[in-house]
Amino acid sequence: MNKAEILVIGSGPAGLKASLSAADQGAGVTLVERDPFLGGQLVKQTHMFFGSKEQYASERGFKIAEKLTAAAEEHPGVRVLKGAAALGYYDDNVVTLELKGRVLPVSYDAMIMATGAQENTLMFPNCDLPGIYGAGAVQTLMNVYGVLPGKRVAMLGAGNIGVIVSYQLLQAGVEVPAIIEAAPEIGAYHVHASKVRRMGVPIYTSQTVVSAHGSDALEKIIMVELDDSWQPVPDTERELDVDVLCIAVGLTPLTEILFQAGCEIAYIPELGGHVPRRSAVMETSVANIYIAGDVSGIEEASAAMVEGTIAGLTAAFNLGYGRDSYEQKIAAANLELDALRKGPTGEKIRTGLQNLKKTGEVRQ
Amino acid sequence: MSDKTIICRCEDLTVQEIQEWIEQGYEDIEELKRAARIGMGACQGRTCRRHLINELARATGKNPADIEPPTFRPPTKPLNFGAVTGGSSDD
Repeated sequence: MNKAEILVIGSGPAGLKASLSAADQGAGVTLVERDPFLGGQLVKQTHMFFGSKEQYASERGFKIAEKLTAAAEEHPGVRVLKGAAALGYYDDNVVTLELKGRVLPVSYDAMIMATGAQENTLMFPNCDLPGIYGAGAVQTLMNVYGVLPGKRVAMLGAGNIGVIVSYQLLQAGVEVPAIIEAAPEIGAYHVHASKVRRMGVPIYTSQTVVSAHGSDALEKIIMVELDDSWQPVPDTERELDVDVLCIAVGLTPLTEILFQAGCEIAYIPELGGHVPRRSAVMETSVANIYIAGDVSGIEEASAAMVEGTIAGLTAAFNLGYGRDSYEQKIAAANLELDALRKGPTGEKIRTGLQNLKKTGEVRQ
Repeated sequence: MSDKTIICRCEDLTVQEIQEWIEQGYEDIEELKRAARIGMGACQGRTCRRHLINELARATGKNPADIEPPTFRPPTKPLNFGAVTGGSSDD
């Protein structure tokens, strides 16, 4: 059977950093990626990152992906398997992969799950009409494959993803007649929101979409105003003609294989739903399984990179690598995480992590 | 066209159909998977699980945190039979 000392599933910001930090400590890493290229969602992110120099502030996401991908592919301690989807967990530390149309079992000494998340959908009449997409899917279509989703796009959700993708649609010459947000305030950073406002896109808060209409594909949506208890206000319905509706209402962690492995899971809405319980250094409740990035709770890519570093260092440490430098490197990473999670923008993740911790300590 | 609200795209189930199953007493996800096939299609519930948990919470008055998640089994994605019957690539 194929053996991996440290098996990393997923090569987004968390998985790449986990692989590099573990390999730098001397461990042998096998990095598995479902797509034919590394980088996860970073590859389509044309906006600049915030944060500090350690998290590549002022660099564009796809440039960060290029750097980390090159570092992983050139690292003698990292074996990269692209086009390999993780299929399932089996006893005795075995995961199966689908690679080139075959099933490949791999046994590991430690596994770091960095599978990320998937976009949430919304239910309303005709929510399955062609032309209704996840905002992240539209970003992939445009920025990875060079395909425009349509001519006139309404965005539902004014968090960072909704607002950034709206801006990129405008850059691509697509009309964006409305950004619609059910909450009374937008969730996006104001630096992103002011860019789309300057380009004349209205952001409608306390409003939502109640239905979609069209014969073969989306032709129009019906919007409505919401009151303080999120209920539709009577007689406020209005039509908007669009051929695309983007849904940007959050993400759900991709935890299936962790469920299969028997990891203890808690339901924490602030972290995106069901998430594995974990220690401060990203160990799950199952021996030798670690997590990093969105699968451990929805957060920005900058935090995913630091969590990846922590998971990689800890997995390597527990296999006997990097004993001398571990404490110091973990302390430095924790300082970075604290800096990223401070202030009002970090409130949701701080609350989520506190609520997760209330479910008890995790020890392997 | 009729205005249908689909909850599970893979199995083409409307939210009204699921609400009827719940009214008949199917109040956990595993029962609903077997009875209605919700979450049993190509995406294996990745799209509808969240909505189903909310529907069950609303109908039963429970907190979504107290709705038991379904059992997850390999494979996580659709596979060709050839990938399975061809044996593992290190045989």
